[in-house]
Amino acid sequence: MTTLAPQAAPASTATMAQALNTALRDSLREDPTVHILGEDVGTLGGVFRITDGLAAEFGADRCLDTPLAEAGILGTAVGMAMYGLRPVVEMQFDAFAYPAFEQLVSHVARMRNRTAGRMPLPITIRIPYGGGIGGVEHHSDSSEAYYAHTPGLHVVTPGTVGDAYGLLRSAIASDDPVVFLEPKRLYWSKADWTPDAPVPALGKAVVRRPLTPGSGDTATLLTYGPSLPVCLEAAEAARAEGWDLSVVDLRSLVPFDDETVCAAVRATGRAVVVHESQGFAGVGAEIAARVSERCFHHLAAPVLRVTGFDIPYPPPMLERHHLPSVDRILDAVARLQWEQ
Amino acid sequence: MTVLDHPAAQTWPPDAHAPRRDPAPLLPDAEPVRVLGTKALAEADPELLRELYRRLVVGRRYNQQATTLTKQGSLAVYPSSTGQEACQIAAATALRATDWLFPSYRDTLAVVSRGVDPLEALTLLRGNAHSGYDPYEHRIAPLSTPLATQAPHAVGLAHAARLRGEDTVALALVGDGGTSEGDFHEALNFAGVLNAPVVFLVQNNGYAISVPLSKQSAAPTLAHKAVGYGIHGRLVDGNDAVAVHSVLSDAVAHARSGKGPVLVEAITYRLEAHTNADDAGRYRTPDEVAGWQQRDPLPLMERHLREAGVLGDAEVEQAAAEAEALADRMRAMFHVKPELDPLSLFTHVYAEPTPQLREQAAQLAAELAADAEAGAR
Repeated sequence: MTTLAPQAAPASTATMAQALNTALRDSLREDPTVHILGEDVGTLGGVFRITDGLAAEFGADRCLDTPLAEAGILGTAVGMAMYGLRPVVEMQFDAFAYPAFEQLVSHVARMRNRTAGRMPLPITIRIPYGGGIGGVEHHSDSSEAYYAHTPGLHVVTPGTVGDAYGLLRSAIASDDPVVFLEPKRLYWSKADWTPDAPVPALGKAVVRRPLTPGSGDTATLLTYGPSLPVCLEAAEAARAEGWDLSVVDLRSLVPFDDETVCAAVRATGRAVVVHESQGFAGVGAEIAARVSERCFHHLAAPVLRVTGFDIPYPPPMLERHHLPSVDRILDAVARLQWEQ
Repeated sequence: MTVLDHPAAQTWPPDAHAPRRDPAPLLPDAEPVRVLGTKALAEADPELLRELYRRLVVGRRYNQQATTLTKQGSLAVYPSSTGQEACQIAAATALRATDWLFPSYRDTLAVVSRGVDPLEALTLLRGNAHSGYDPYEHRIAPLSTPLATQAPHAVGLAHAARLRGEDTVALALVGDGGTSEGDFHEALNFAGVLNAPVVFLVQNNGYAISVPLSKQSAAPTLAHKAVGYGIHGRLVDGNDAVAVHSVLSDAVAHARSGKGPVLVEAITYRLEAHTNADDAGRYRTPDEVAGWQQRDPLPLMERHLREAGVLGDAEVEQAAAEAEALADRMRAMFHVKPELDPLSLFTHVYAEPTPQLREQAAQLAAELAADAEAGAR
């Protein structure tokens, strides 16, 4: 048995992959109805090793290697959830989840609604998503807007090691389906963390970097998942320009935490939304609209977006030009008309 | 020497992907199984035969009344199963109360036959709710409109039941068109690999709306599709209620005993159009329909049971009276307009409404209050 981060002896530092593995292990230990299923999740432990050692500890039924068919995987999970189990589905890569889209939008998202609340489906759908790891075509999509546009789904994405553990525990405990988007370029990011840290509730954003009063012109960066470390880096770099940037980590796209977001934007009067998926009709457009509707009289400048281009995800040798960078974020901050 | 005679071929394939099963026992019957008009009828339980007949008569009347309700505007749409009643009632009578049924949109009669109130079974098609009945009370999943998507659910549920040590069987109903969908393929493959206690009943009524079976599948029969997944295929006359009940009961028993899933193809015919909104005259001839009317499951059953001395005038009249009583009840039920609460729109999207849904519910509540005030003035 491979033990990455056992409950008894918590690691002081862990990677996001280890935190996710620990979350799955702890959920399997505590709740016998939790079942993992997906392609390669058993003996191999998943292509990213997120399910490493789980089949060995809990058996092939609790951590089931399925045929390679995403609609079948999710459709089978629906039936399992109908019968009182709590399935955790692994979709191997973002773009591989598309065959399961019909099951997701036509059944998973709306079974509670279709049955007037009688048949909730507590399914967690884990999807490694996003780019920045040099993946070839179909391995780097950011698909959050598709899911966020579907009523009935929760859409969650961690940006830190601790949130990866805590949000996954909350997702598995949720009585509603949760699309759990794992930023794959953060899988190997390390942080101080112990599994007994408090578990965040779904639907709560957090201010990752507060303002330092009196330290310069201010603005708020609104971001999530893979773009969080980029925004934190940009905020550090912005000090040199005399700017003080707060960074809000959304963590949950659905439900959306208007309260935390609007409080942070009102404090600065300027906001930039940052995400790596394409901008047109993306989550950033929704966030910019919400902020404009709620904070208009506090805004000194329009809400800007820094996103990936509106192109199919580029080949790995060009992806650095597509992904929001520190420079691109700082350029947007500069465009917020500081002179006025 | 052919390629397969080559010495290297003798050691191929290696164990990891060697053929695992003799396909011959999986192959469906050469001819559809029939009981009516054969000696096998004499062995059937007369009580069962009378019960199947009674359900056929009531089911036919149900189909007729529902179609009439669409013409009167009381029902938004009704995909009739007239001509397919034998399959519908067998779907209900072959299962135990603890088993699960996964119906598609044409299977309302199967749902009613399993004990759901006729009005509750029609809420989706009436348009007042997506599913009127409680799935857990009757062990019936909601009627599924996207084709064959309910088939993997049946597999997952059957798999979960077996993990819990229960002998529940899941029955998924699919049409001939549904067998072309990817979800049908994936469900059969999962069922075979998991050896899940699930039965698939394909009601092959000849047409997917207007597209005939010949343009839907090149397989010898739809039951042959089972073999490729390592599961058993059976072929039955879908207009012979006794045969469908018998083959389906065998399939359910087979699955229950842990011997694996079964695919049953019932060859039947939809005597009416796809729905009340369809013009079947555009894609099939009156001669073809007339030919199938000769094989109508209802007179077929009555004739054979009368000949066998199982059925007399008393039973026929009793069934007709029961059918008429149901039709009366349906008319009365649909006469009353349902009272719907607009705010229920927000109730069952999530376990707890999101802050955004709470805002929208408040907006609608204010609109309703303003409407009520205007109406009161």
